[in-house]
Amino acid sequence: MLEYYIPLGIMILFGIAFGIVMSKASEWFGPKNPTDVKQSTYESGMEPVKSARERVSVKYYMVAMLFIIFDIEVVFLYPWAVNFRKLGMFGFVEMFVFIAMLMVGYLYVWKKGALKWE
Amino acid sequence: MPLTLESSYPLIAICSLGVLLLLLEIVLKKPDPVSYSVTIAGLLAVGVCIFPGLLRGDGATPTGGAGLLFCEVFIAAALLTVVFSGEYLRRHDSERAAGQGAYNLLVVFAVAGMMLMALAGDLISLFLGLELMSICLYVLVGFLRKHVTGNEASLKYFLLGAFITGFILYGIALLYGSAGTLSIDAIVALVIAGDQTPVFWAGLALVLAGFAFKVGAFPFHMWIPDVYQGAPTPVTAFMATGAKAAAFSVLILMFSRRGGAEGLVFRDLISFLAAGSMIVGNLLAIVQQNVKRMLAYSSIAHAGYMLVGIASGNLNGSDGVTFYLVSYLFMNVGAFGVVSLVEEREEKNLTYEDYSGFSAKNPLLAGLLALFLFSLAGLPPFGGFFGKYFVFVAAIEADLTWLAILGVLSSLAGVYYYIRLVMVMYFRDGEAGRAEAVPRLVLAALGLAALINVQLGILPSSVISLIHRFH
Repeated sequence: MLEYYIPLGIMILFGIAFGIVMSKASEWFGPKNPTDVKQSTYESGMEPVKSARERVSVKYYMVAMLFIIFDIEVVFLYPWAVNFRKLGMFGFVEMFVFIAMLMVGYLYVWKKGALKWE
Repeated sequence: MPLTLESSYPLIAICSLGVLLLLLEIVLKKPDPVSYSVTIAGLLAVGVCIFPGLLRGDGATPTGGAGLLFCEVFIAAALLTVVFSGEYLRRHDSERAAGQGAYNLLVVFAVAGMMLMALAGDLISLFLGLELMSICLYVLVGFLRKHVTGNEASLKYFLLGAFITGFILYGIALLYGSAGTLSIDAIVALVIAGDQTPVFWAGLALVLAGFAFKVGAFPFHMWIPDVYQGAPTPVTAFMATGAKAAAFSVLILMFSRRGGAEGLVFRDLISFLAAGSMIVGNLLAIVQQNVKRMLAYSSIAHAGYMLVGIASGNLNGSDGVTFYLVSYLFMNVGAFGVVSLVEEREEKNLTYEDYSGFSAKNPLLAGLLALFLFSLAGLPPFGGFFGKYFVFVAAIEADLTWLAILGVLSSLAGVYYYIRLVMVMYFRDGEAGRAEAVPRLVLAALGLAALINVQLGILPSSVISLIHRFH
C-alpha cells in the first residue's frame, strides 16, 4: 500500500530541490550591482511599508473579478481541447454555446460601464 | 435520474430567457419597461412550455420527487414576485427602479438555479443550482442600495449562507468519499439499505443541516427574521416561497426515504427540527409588532409543518409536502403582496397599528389579505388547511402521532396572530393603509392567488392528481 506513495514522495522532493536550485542559481550566476531602490521589497509598484487599513478603490475589485471569470473560461477550454476528438460535434457546439453566453455577459458588463476606468 | 440534454429542456428554456433579457439590456437604450413585460411574458411562456412535461410526470424520482411540478412552482413564485416588484421598486427607490432590468435578470437566474436543484441527478449539479440561486438572492436582498436594513440583511444572509455552503460541500465530499458516487439515486439507495460507515452518515447529516438552514428550520432559523424584514418585500415573498420550495425539493429527494437503525436516528433528527420550528416559529410570531417580521417567524413555523412530512418518510409525507408547498406559495406570496402595497418608503406602515381601519379604506385589499391570512392559519376551506391535513396524516401513518399533535397545537397558536391582524383591519378605526390606485396587473395577480387558494381548499384533488403523475 505504502509503496504507491513512493513516486509522490520523489515528486515532492524533486519539487523542493527544483525550487531551491532555480532560485539560488540566479543568485550565484547573475551579475550583482545593488542600489537602494533595487534592494527594496517589490510590491507591485506600491509603497511596501504602511498601514494595511487603507481603502482601495472598488474599481480594482471589479477588474479583478471580471479577470477571474474570463481566466476560468480559458481554464475550461484546456480540458475541452485535449478531449476535442472524443467529444466530437456535440462538444464543439456545447463549447460554442458556453462561449457565446460568456460573450453576452461580457457585452453586458461593457455596456454597463464596468470597464470604464477614469 | 441523471440530467440529459433531452430532460433538461426546462433549464434550457429558462436560461434562454435569462440570456434574452441580458441581450435586451445590451441593445436597448431604456430597457426597463420592456424588460418588465418581457420577463412576465417569458416566464409565462416557460411555464406553458414545460406544462406538457408536468402532465407526463417528467423529473419524477423514486423518492417522491416531483421535478417539473416544482419547476412550475418556482416559475409561479417568480412571476408573482416580478409583478409586485415593478410598482414596489418605483415607490421605494426611484433611482434603483431604473435598474429593474437587472432585478428581473437576477430573479430569472435564481429560478434557473432552483430548477437545477429540483431536477439534479447528482450532487454536483445540485450544488451548482443551490449556489446559482443563493448568489442571485444575496444580491436581490440588498437591491435597494440606500436602505440600511436591506444592506444589513444582505450581508447577514451572505455571510451565513456562505458558511452553510461550506457545510453542504463538506457533507457532499464525505458522501462521495464513502459512497464513491455522486448520483443522488445511488446515495438514496444506500440510505434505504442502511448500515453504512459513520463517515457516510456524518456527510448526510451535514447536508441535512445545510438544507435545514436554507428552509429556515429551528435551530438554523436565526437569519430568517432579519433577512426577511430587511429585504424588499417582493424579494421576501420570493425567498419564502421559491427558495424554500427549492430547498424542500432537495429534502424530498434525499431524506424522504430511509432505512435501518440509522434511518430511525434521522427520523428523530428531522422530527426534532420540525417540532422546534413549529414551537419557536409560532411562539415568537405571537409577540411581533411588525407584520413583515410576523410573517417571517410564521414562515419558520410553516417550514416546521412541512418538515413533519419529511420526517414521516412515506409516500403521503412527500406528497403532502409537495401539496403544502403549492398552497403555501399562493397564500404567502399573496399576503406579502398586500403588505408590499401597504408598505411606505423607509419601512413605514408595517406595524399592526398601521393596519387599523384598512378594511374601511380599501375593502378589496383587506378582504384579500384576510383570505390569505385565514389560509396561512390553516382554516378550511382554503389551501392551507389541506396542506397541514396531509402532512399530519402522513405523520400519524408513520407512528409519529406526537408530532402531529404538536403540530395541531402549535398551529392553534398560529391562528391567534393571523386573526389578530384581521381583527385590527376590520374592527379598529384608524387613519392608515394606502388606498391609492393599485396597478391592474397587481390586482389581477392577487385575485388569481386568492382564487387558487380557494380552489385548493375545495378541490385539493386537482393538485393531488398532478402530484400522483410523478409516482
